[in-house]
Amino acid sequence: MPERAAPITPEEVAHVARLARLAIGDEELAGYTADLAAVLDHAADLAALDLDGVEPTAHPLPLRNVDRPDEVRPGLRRDEALAGAPDVAENRYFRVPRILGDEG
Amino acid sequence: MTGGSGPYEAVIGLEVHVELATVTKMFCGCPNAFGAEPNTLVCPTCLGLPGSLPVLNRAVVDLALRFGAALGFRVPETSIFARKNYFYPDMPKDYQISQYEEPILVDGRLEVDGAVVGIERAHLEEDTGKIIHVGGGGRIHDAACSLVDYNRAGVPLMEIVSRPDLRSADQARAYVSELRAVLEALGVSDVKMEEGSLRIDANVSVRRAGSTVLGTKVEIKNMNSLRSLGRAVDHEVHRQVALLEAGGSVTQETRHWDEEGGVTQPMRTKEASHDYRYFPEPDLVPLAPTPERLGRVTAALPELPAARRARLRREWGIGEADARTLVGRRDLADYAEAAVAAGAPGAAVANWCTGEILSHLNETGVSAEVLPLAPDGLAELVALVGDGTLSRPLAKDVLAECLREPKRPRQVVAERGLAQVSDEEELGAIVDEVLTRHAAEVEAYRGGDDKTRKRKRGFLMGECMRATRGRGNPQVLSRLLDERLA
Repeated sequence: MPERAAPITPEEVAHVARLARLAIGDEELAGYTADLAAVLDHAADLAALDLDGVEPTAHPLPLRNVDRPDEVRPGLRRDEALAGAPDVAENRYFRVPRILGDEG
Repeated sequence: MTGGSGPYEAVIGLEVHVELATVTKMFCGCPNAFGAEPNTLVCPTCLGLPGSLPVLNRAVVDLALRFGAALGFRVPETSIFARKNYFYPDMPKDYQISQYEEPILVDGRLEVDGAVVGIERAHLEEDTGKIIHVGGGGRIHDAACSLVDYNRAGVPLMEIVSRPDLRSADQARAYVSELRAVLEALGVSDVKMEEGSLRIDANVSVRRAGSTVLGTKVEIKNMNSLRSLGRAVDHEVHRQVALLEAGGSVTQETRHWDEEGGVTQPMRTKEASHDYRYFPEPDLVPLAPTPERLGRVTAALPELPAARRARLRREWGIGEADARTLVGRRDLADYAEAAVAAGAPGAAVANWCTGEILSHLNETGVSAEVLPLAPDGLAELVALVGDGTLSRPLAKDVLAECLREPKRPRQVVAERGLAQVSDEEELGAIVDEVLTRHAAEVEAYRGGDDKTRKRKRGFLMGECMRATRGRGNPQVLSRLLDERLA
């Protein structure tokens, strides 16, 4: 029987939050750590199953090789593509804020 | 590489990214093309709009399998796609679809100058968009904002990861050069480094010669030519050896090649932070090439560069260097072979193709396929030299004109009255005239020592040639001159 994983630490929660660009205050950290631990605990139930001899699967559907021919299909006009953007430049480019900010 | 305390060995592995020569992008029907107006080759899928789903382009898989068959890769029964998550606006989805734990190709090898270089894996992934930093001199750290063009987002890439089998900057260059020739011969990629369709990262470490333990490796990015690859690797090897010699140690990090400064520099930590949280892409099902498909690909393989070089050496009697130059460019090799098929001897064709024609291609940046002089025109030129109509220097002039405008060599010869004169009577009269005009030199020749005679004869030969305006057959002129001076 596989062992249960060690519980998640506040440091790991802070790291994951940083990777996902979530601003979590120190006061929220304990709450999220407990919530995530509960989620992981639930997932850890799987570890109780005997999966010897069961192949790992990457996809729940029993499908392989779903593909398309190498043929051009109509896409979006540029004005359509840019229409949903928060900011554009010269009616040609998507414009994004400074990428590496003060945190960089 | 030898430091003060003894010899070191460089250990180099390369990651080569090539854009695949498909008509459309990897997961959508947008054209895969270079140089279009920004954001004109986009659709909901490559822009990552909600509700869009990727569908794999089957040509991407066929090209990868072709490459795999050519370099002896094993094709695992199934491979899967994964999401590589990161925050950077070059991908609108905030992830890039790639292959991680289960790539399409594993364990290939490429022979480079007699050494076998192992290739650990080759995997498929989508290219990212292009970012232009505005303000701050175009540097990311000082930019006010950045502009994004998603035309390249979703273009199919194959990343080819070598084993750390390379031992010098020269060998690293030779490996990429051979890899490029193979990819071009297979039609897998157009391998244009200047257009970004072939990009290289290098992993470099050093160790004491004879050691089998790997040193700490440094990843180098931003090398955009074979030349900068060579320079960057050389510089990095020297830097690491100097560090160790000074009693220091190498830090595992990613460094950026600064082409102008000729140095590698550490990247700021943010740019190098790798925590991509890969997980299987739920929108794509596994890839499992059937044996029939693999058989089809293997059966259709063209001749590879190494085999082609060997054949040209054998059939044309040319050296390895010439064969390498020719086969290094598929368009040039095809052109040369077509000229030979039109009846010209291989050695002469190779000579012109690796000389004047290659220079012309390099200077103008055009492909040999669109030269105004068709291959059978080159064969015609070779024949004109062969039958003595043109001397080699005149043939060069004729070739230059034929490369500028669509004219046949015979036409140029006729228009400019260039045909070489071999007629003994005509040339004899010219020699007589020259000897009369330069009677004093003839006297000096006859009464002089060996050195003087040699000098005077050279002068008179030059005058004879000049009198024919360069058209006199040198062998005939030389003989006629010697007969008269005797």
